Amino acid sequence: MTSPDIISTKAPGLAWARILPAVLGLGVLVYAFTSNGYVVTVVGFAAIYGLLCTGLNFFMGFTGQASFGQNAFAALGSYGSAILCTDYNVEPVLALVMTMVFSGLVALVVGYPTLRLRGHYLAMATFALGLITYEISVEWTDLTQGYMGYSGIPPLSLGPFQAQTDKQQLAVILVVLALGVLAAVRLRGSRFGRACRAIAGSEAAAGALGIPVARYKLISFVIAAVYASAAGSLFAHFVGFISPEVFGTTMVVQSFTMLYLGGIGTIAGPLIGAVVVSVLPELMRGLKDYQNIGYLVLLLAILIYAPKGVVGLLDSLSGKWRR
Amino acid sequence: MSLLEVRNVTKRFGGLLANDSIEFSVETGTIFAVIGPNGAGKTTLFNTVAGAFAPSQGEVAFRGQIISGQPVHKIAQAGLVRTYQLVQLFKTLTVAENVMVGFHRVTSGGVLAALLRKPSTQRQERMIEARTREILEFVGLTHRADVAADLLPYGEQRLLEVARALAASPTMLLLDEPAAGLNTEETESLARVIQRVNESGVTIMLIEHDMSFIMRVAHRIAVLDFGRKIAEGTPEEIRAHPDVIAAYLGGTEGFDD
Repeated sequence: MTSPDIISTKAPGLAWARILPAVLGLGVLVYAFTSNGYVVTVVGFAAIYGLLCTGLNFFMGFTGQASFGQNAFAALGSYGSAILCTDYNVEPVLALVMTMVFSGLVALVVGYPTLRLRGHYLAMATFALGLITYEISVEWTDLTQGYMGYSGIPPLSLGPFQAQTDKQQLAVILVVLALGVLAAVRLRGSRFGRACRAIAGSEAAAGALGIPVARYKLISFVIAAVYASAAGSLFAHFVGFISPEVFGTTMVVQSFTMLYLGGIGTIAGPLIGAVVVSVLPELMRGLKDYQNIGYLVLLLAILIYAPKGVVGLLDSLSGKWRR
Repeated sequence: MSLLEVRNVTKRFGGLLANDSIEFSVETGTIFAVIGPNGAGKTTLFNTVAGAFAPSQGEVAFRGQIISGQPVHKIAQAGLVRTYQLVQLFKTLTVAENVMVGFHRVTSGGVLAALLRKPSTQRQERMIEARTREILEFVGLTHRADVAADLLPYGEQRLLEVARALAASPTMLLLDEPAAGLNTEETESLARVIQRVNESGVTIMLIEHDMSFIMRVAHRIAVLDFGRKIAEGTPEEIRAHPDVIAAYLGGTEGFDD
């Protein structure tokens, strides 16, 4: 009566395929800390995007919803930190936390009506959110200085310690990223995280088990927004200058490429994606105007040939079927 | 007082009368089945009881509280847990994780608890893991624990749905055509699981097509035809009921004529 056990769960695998990302990640960091400013900048951007994508992955990968509007919350964090630290001399770390709370509240208010939508409609609504934020950042010149951008944003600091050099800044960003990933790991394996992943599987069944679907979607939207906000704040401090274009649609395309390329719905995926997509343009600089086309071709290729991203690819190489 | 009371429930879809003044009650500890030919209104009734529809008239009471019109997750939290006819597993989760989600109703903790991971939260997680193993053992899916749910054969997916619902420690379990699409052996093992679940103290209501399955597991049966309840009784009474025979054989003249 039992069918042959074709679904082997723990086939003797190639362990290297799973350790590889960690080793390469470490390699990138060592390289960054022993190299010049340019490499540090690229790796710093990758880490910031890694944070953004870890949050977005919670909403899209775990809870299974679509948001094309994370750039809005990144902009909120960035402008919030810039304004607080430049005009009001707030401690950068305090400003970071304040903008995270503010972005979370905005996500709560905006998400409450928006998350009644599903699928394409939700995607459109969140996309509009990004566009609206962009327009505000362009038009409200008294607050944002419009196209001129906001300059003179101080580097990250906490009390007497100030991250003066790029490498020190990178170190701080990595600490924040590590905290963000740790939080994501804990959330994923918790009652809350399981419920979110259940919602992605079947909203009807999740509801039938007593999970308040609408509320959990909203909470995971807020989580994604808080991550995006933190990423935005770090960006402002790292670069010292922000302008509306930074938070345009390109950011949405970038983060989606990272998520799908790395492996959506996994912890390591967003990080791998962030590193690969940040480094690729450097390798594709020769293409100049065709850079975006390069991205999109890559995204298409991944969707077709490795729908579960780099992580999925490594998993199948190491003989593990599904996580 | 009965555990579940369906009071004069009528459900209309536009001009279609799907359920017409249906009344019955399910006693604690029993297995109650609703049967009827295709289009008799079984699924509508099921969905009304489970909270997916609000009745056009009448009401459904569970443990003396009126539940009709409440959102599904509230009804589930009250202890009335349903399964679906078309299996609704969480496909990206493993078999064990599917069951772990089932514990949502009887556990606590949100984002903060997950982030802080206090000893009490860790204890709860260990409890969930241990109980999950017990439930998988109970339905016979232990060997599949780490497999992605959508890789299971159909019969085992059904069992997993029941296992997941059991994790929620329901007072009452609603099963929507649990034997649909199962072969004889799978139906057999499902029947055993359902009976053992019932023996453990869970009241069960199910709707079903498979007559031999129903006759075997149910304590009481209600028969629907054209949206109305035409009979209710023990399996023996139902088997002998002239209206039921007429409904199933398609005759309207009955046997006495």
